[in-house]
Amino acid sequence: MTATHERTPVEMGMPVRLVTLSVDGQEVSVPEGSTLLDACTAVGEDIPTLCYGDTLTPKNACRVCMVEVEGSRVLVPSCSRKVTENVVVRTDTERVRHSRRLVLELLGSSVDLSTTPHVEEWMAEYAADPGRFGPPAPEDLHRDVHEPGEHHAGDGSVAETMEQPDKVDNDLYVRDYSKCILCYKCVDACGTQWQNTFAIQVAGRGFESQISTEFNVELPESACVYCGNCIEVCPTGALSFKSEYDMRAEGTWNEDEQTQTTTLCTFCGVGCNLTLHVQDNTIVKVSSPHDHSVGHGNLCIKGRFGFQHVQNR
Amino acid sequence: MAVFDAGGGTSSYREVEDADVIVMWGTNAREAHPIFFHHVLKAIHKGAKLYAVDPRRSKTAEWADAWLGLDIGTDIALAYGIAREIIHAGLVNTTFIERGTSGFEEFVAAAEPWTLEVTSRETGVPAELIRSLAHDFAKADKAQLCWTLGITEHHNGTDNVRALINLALLTGHVGKYGSGLSPLRGQNNVQGGGDMGAIPNKLPGFQDVEDDEARAKFERMWGVTLPPKRGMHLSQMMEAMDEGHLTNLFIIGENPVQSDADSAHVIKRLQNLDHLVVQDIFLTKTAELADVVLPAAAAWCETEGTATNSERRVQRIRKALDPPGQARDDIAIIRDLAGRMGHEWTFQTSEDIWNEVRALSPDLAGMSYKLLDERGGLQWPFPDEDGPESSFLHGRLWETDPEKRGRPAPFGIVEHELPVDELDEEFNLRLTTGRRLTDYNTGVQSIGFKSPLRIGTTLDLSPEDLARWDIEDGEIVRVSSRRGSLLVPARLEPALRPGIAFMVCNFPDEVDTNLLTIEANDPIAGTAEFKATAIKVERLLDVVDPDGLVAMSERLPVASEA
Repeated sequence: MTATHERTPVEMGMPVRLVTLSVDGQEVSVPEGSTLLDACTAVGEDIPTLCYGDTLTPKNACRVCMVEVEGSRVLVPSCSRKVTENVVVRTDTERVRHSRRLVLELLGSSVDLSTTPHVEEWMAEYAADPGRFGPPAPEDLHRDVHEPGEHHAGDGSVAETMEQPDKVDNDLYVRDYSKCILCYKCVDACGTQWQNTFAIQVAGRGFESQISTEFNVELPESACVYCGNCIEVCPTGALSFKSEYDMRAEGTWNEDEQTQTTTLCTFCGVGCNLTLHVQDNTIVKVSSPHDHSVGHGNLCIKGRFGFQHVQNR
Repeated sequence: MAVFDAGGGTSSYREVEDADVIVMWGTNAREAHPIFFHHVLKAIHKGAKLYAVDPRRSKTAEWADAWLGLDIGTDIALAYGIAREIIHAGLVNTTFIERGTSGFEEFVAAAEPWTLEVTSRETGVPAELIRSLAHDFAKADKAQLCWTLGITEHHNGTDNVRALINLALLTGHVGKYGSGLSPLRGQNNVQGGGDMGAIPNKLPGFQDVEDDEARAKFERMWGVTLPPKRGMHLSQMMEAMDEGHLTNLFIIGENPVQSDADSAHVIKRLQNLDHLVVQDIFLTKTAELADVVLPAAAAWCETEGTATNSERRVQRIRKALDPPGQARDDIAIIRDLAGRMGHEWTFQTSEDIWNEVRALSPDLAGMSYKLLDERGGLQWPFPDEDGPESSFLHGRLWETDPEKRGRPAPFGIVEHELPVDELDEEFNLRLTTGRRLTDYNTGVQSIGFKSPLRIGTTLDLSPEDLARWDIEDGEIVRVSSRRGSLLVPARLEPALRPGIAFMVCNFPDEVDTNLLTIEANDPIAGTAEFKATAIKVERLLDVVDPDGLVAMSERLPVASEA
């Protein structure tokens, strides 16, 4: 390398065609293959999403991002529907608002959304009233037990919930499935889309469905390798660092006082980017930028949880 | 580096995803480089064929289409066998060989004795698998050859690397998109250390210390006269300490007492020094021997700077925490030291230093901090701020015009040599060492967090060997090499073949694995043969309490010390 290397050719890929469509009366052109959500974002529309993940294949599970498309009999999920030429999209019709309101009410009545970002604003925006199905059912100690054909319809006196005990079975992260909306993002991140460890899946059917390890064993007995790539994509805080969980319990978790600094992992030569969430000069959580070409938001156990050596001071 | 004039992975992680064939040789990336392996997994899901070449059927090998479980230290033999099969099947890339290489005829002659039968006998790999790898690798449109310490931690590690590079030269799997050679680095700035000239014969930017013109450029910038001769690498320093002409040592961020082979011997050398200074973020076992300890900030989260990853991507390191107590940024410590020595260095920030590096290293010249921030790092070479990034290196070797091609890449004529620590009737088991997913190096960093996966040091043995010596899974056994002996729990590991044992080195305070390993160093790189130790395993007569293991490790007298 005594002299400057000669430049080598760079693969540019196929040229991408632009598609023009209308969103709430505004004309917008986006690259072919974009989603309606991309187009809405491009014109500055703020569409609520929960199960959508920028590094994952759309699952169409939560139904909160629905929009109206002219000529379509039903509402369509904007996070997965691809743009087509001249399509006319409306994001704020009464039909759309009604749909979002119902989705938020059903989720809000059955799931603890207290750590889900933006949900309070959405509830207000769509005038959702999750309390209208009655008082929430108490914690169920047996949600993990699945027997065939066992679903019992309630008597209507309480609203069915996901309430159940938190799973604290290791020192690194906690699973609080009372907060789970069954968006499948953790399953996809653990499976073929990223980690390929297959430690978790959806068990049970209908309202009894639950994210579970194989045979519902505790994490240390499961296939889990503690990469935390499930935490990275969880939209509701159902999966969280033990450090965050403990601080929330103590009442010391304060995001307004936290800084986020992106640096490099020290544990091998791959060069994963770590975003260190720091409160009172202490690392309280680690995430990773989703748009970075090395890891796309993914880390291993050492990158995600191996920071403690700098704060055993 | 001797082949291509630049030391670095020739391709990019993104290119791995588009490869048709990936050969992972002496690398358990699934555990040691998990996020690199994500890119391999993408390729697998797109239909790429994966070959794993490893004495152990590792977690990486579990994902492979075929596992070539070679005997430890037979990598060169296997590479020759593959090469000969490619040559005899008429699968060499004649265009590339004519344009981009030299020494092909000699290489063909060197490979000729290595028929499939001979190679199979020497390596323990079935002939059919050797043939299959040879054909798939040679026929692939895009093929990647990745390796790590399983190749380099041998007494002839540099020759091992040359043997792998030969395969890429033979098939033209270098210098084009999707094909390449990927040495995976074990620490976050191994590549950057090389980029910055932390190699005895190099200045920053891989410029040769012994090149008068290159040296003059640095002398002008720094206003000093530089020694015109290369320095010593680690194992030469160790020898110089034995011979008594290296008497003062400054160690920054390294724990050789626990990381180097034959650890007891290392301690003795450090104790014999006139003066030892250690700069580290921990009071390591090495720092405990120092006359002066300079407490340093943890570079990766308490300082500003850069590091270069295994795909030549220079990325920013940023300060997220204030360092504890008296710990200071390495830059501040070294600048103050220079001041005491009469050199007033004027730079203040890591960016000032980086800009000086850019001024002296043409391949990094375009990488301003601003661009590194905006683009999530940049891959070298990146000589000017407007230029595109270079996804792969050595495209010049494919040029039709000899002027543009430059120096052809020479085939390496290397000899197959078995490990230095020979097996015999007494030391009849081959120990290899490595890393598990959850642990790292001497453990001073990774031991800090409570990993549910951590199982500590065990002597992993095949089911056959456990049965042969009538050892129970979990039983404490005595394991001895010609240098030392220690007690360790045996562990059943179905991924091992009979005759091969495995230990990690990450818990030296409990089980000092490197009491066993041999300091047989590669003459060029100076890397020790951590991967091939001759050991014996014995059952104990009494049941032993695992907590008492440390006290029972002992070192045997060594002839050289007498």
